Amino acid sequence: MRWRPGPIFIILALAALLPLLDVVLPPKMQLCEAVRGVFLYAILALGLNVVTGYAGLLNLGIAAFMAIGAYAFGILTCEIYPFQLGFWPALALTIPIGAFAGFILGAPTLGLRGDYLAIVTLGFGEIVQDVLKNLDVVTKGTQGINPLPAPTFGGSEWTAEDEYKWYYLFFALLVVTVFAVRNLERSRLGRAWFSIREDEIASRSMGIRVERTKLIAFATAAAIAAFAGGLSASVLSSTGEPSNYDFQISILALCIVIVGGIGSIAGVLVGALVMVGLNSIVLVKATAWMAANGIGSQGNVLLSPNNWKFLIFGLALILAVRLKPNGLIPPRIERAKQ
Amino acid sequence: MLDFEVFSQQLITGLSNGMIIALIAIGYTMVYGIIELINFAHGDVFMLGAFLALTLLGALGMEAWGPSGQVFGVALMLIGSAVFCGGLNWSLDRLAYRALRKSSKLSLLVSAIGCSFVCMNLGLFWGGAPMKVFANGNSAAAPKDFPAIIPQINLLGDGFLRITPGDLLVFAVTIPLMVGLTFMVKRTRLGRAMRAVAQDPIAASLMGIPVDRVIGATFFIGGALGGFASVIYSLYNNTIGFQMGTRAGLDAFTAAVLGGIGSLPGAVLGGLTIGCVRSMSDQYLETRWTNTIVFCILVLILIFRPNGLLGSTRREKV
Repeated sequence: MRWRPGPIFIILALAALLPLLDVVLPPKMQLCEAVRGVFLYAILALGLNVVTGYAGLLNLGIAAFMAIGAYAFGILTCEIYPFQLGFWPALALTIPIGAFAGFILGAPTLGLRGDYLAIVTLGFGEIVQDVLKNLDVVTKGTQGINPLPAPTFGGSEWTAEDEYKWYYLFFALLVVTVFAVRNLERSRLGRAWFSIREDEIASRSMGIRVERTKLIAFATAAAIAAFAGGLSASVLSSTGEPSNYDFQISILALCIVIVGGIGSIAGVLVGALVMVGLNSIVLVKATAWMAANGIGSQGNVLLSPNNWKFLIFGLALILAVRLKPNGLIPPRIERAKQ
Repeated sequence: MLDFEVFSQQLITGLSNGMIIALIAIGYTMVYGIIELINFAHGDVFMLGAFLALTLLGALGMEAWGPSGQVFGVALMLIGSAVFCGGLNWSLDRLAYRALRKSSKLSLLVSAIGCSFVCMNLGLFWGGAPMKVFANGNSAAAPKDFPAIIPQINLLGDGFLRITPGDLLVFAVTIPLMVGLTFMVKRTRLGRAMRAVAQDPIAASLMGIPVDRVIGATFFIGGALGGFASVIYSLYNNTIGFQMGTRAGLDAFTAAVLGGIGSLPGAVLGGLTIGCVRSMSDQYLETRWTNTIVFCILVLILIFRPNGLLGSTRREKV
């Protein structure tokens, strides 16, 4: 059989070539920095996709694990704390830390029914923000932990000016995540997740250890989200304030997964492009354009594109579920059914 | 140190807020009881009801009405918000949920989350509307002051406890509603139809019950209770904002689960408990940890007594 490039390959290849396009575009139109955000949320949503897409457990608090990763990265690296690790070891450590946090939340709650679990994760997302804000002795409250290190290659540390280096770093880490998740999907564990999603009782009678398998999905998602959090803290050189990891972020990740195609890696990549593109490219550029042309005003709530965010997310979810329940790029298993 | 006076005062505040939470919780529990959906948008429907009340209050200039006129005004807001929230909740079911009855529960839940976000955004727009009734009107997202048209006096004179007309209003509105609702569910034709649909929708439809209309009616009633709750909440707490629906929704859902989801007395018991826990935590711990405590209660209840205090022990069907 001749090898044909799959959708994942095509998307990643296009993303790798994007900086070439930036070279010819005028500075105002350049996309690399914004697309870096797409990569970041794609990693986060790939994590969510493991728990919600593969294992069928709705997690509404994925941003909390992102926050845990970001703060873990901050505490491990910032000079005001005793650890002072470098970028790479700290980023690597966010993965087990995130997995552990997922384990702590998941172990007692995964026996719950799906919709109860959703509420627990939603509440967890709110509480992590509260705790981070209130434990200001450790977390610096709303100031966030900063400054945080960037990776070093060849002696000198990167700065915000090294746009293309950051771009390819994010890109490379996204590729790594895609391959890791793809291999998981096709492993024995991945099959077990699908099986649980389709029918828990049947899976149990086939000898799958349901609780343990669910817990691994939960912890894997948390680990990937924490990894994304560490990465975002590094590029911003700060953890930012706790409310940067609020329910909106969890919903953005959920939108990516639902709109793109629940359980489909290529779908998540496309979903990230569409949703984050809307959120941080179209809306931001529209705001800037309207301000430049004197249309936007602080006084009129309708004329600020940022105020339409919730409506767009909400409608995206409602319409996606109604019209394209399998998303823009359905997973292979659904394509095979049709 | 446990000062009896302070404790009793917190208990009164807690019970009043608890009754409001209970009224919202009933909306969750009714909808969950009948179609097993956590209606995420319920908290935001409640929030929009508060905005409608504020708009009515401002548009009719109720602040200037005399005491007897204001009694009429409060009644007008209660009815207006109840009809509005009921209608809104009914339309959400009609537009966003009904088509998904046969899809997976996950899709239905995701659709409800979408509705919640749409409603929240409508609240943001509403709060930013150029109306002179909105104090702090410069920013759409800022919380709005709700005029205190209920006199803030102590009905017990200079006694050591303080009971305001606001406390009385809360109980005067919530108790008759709860009694009426219990009567309706237990005794009327619609109530019997609702219980039948909750038990087995297919069997109910075979008995000639118009299932979709009964579900729609449930959404309307649940929403209307949220509307009543929104008016007394606003009059009692005097500040509203477009994001208050999420917090109120989480509290009310916790209350519904605590009491046993699907159970009306359970929702009331849960609401009162959560209200008291909140006010005690505000007083004896720190306000900033209150939400964390409520969440811990939710998790503990779900782990150790998932059917709640008064819930039935029905197992999930295969």
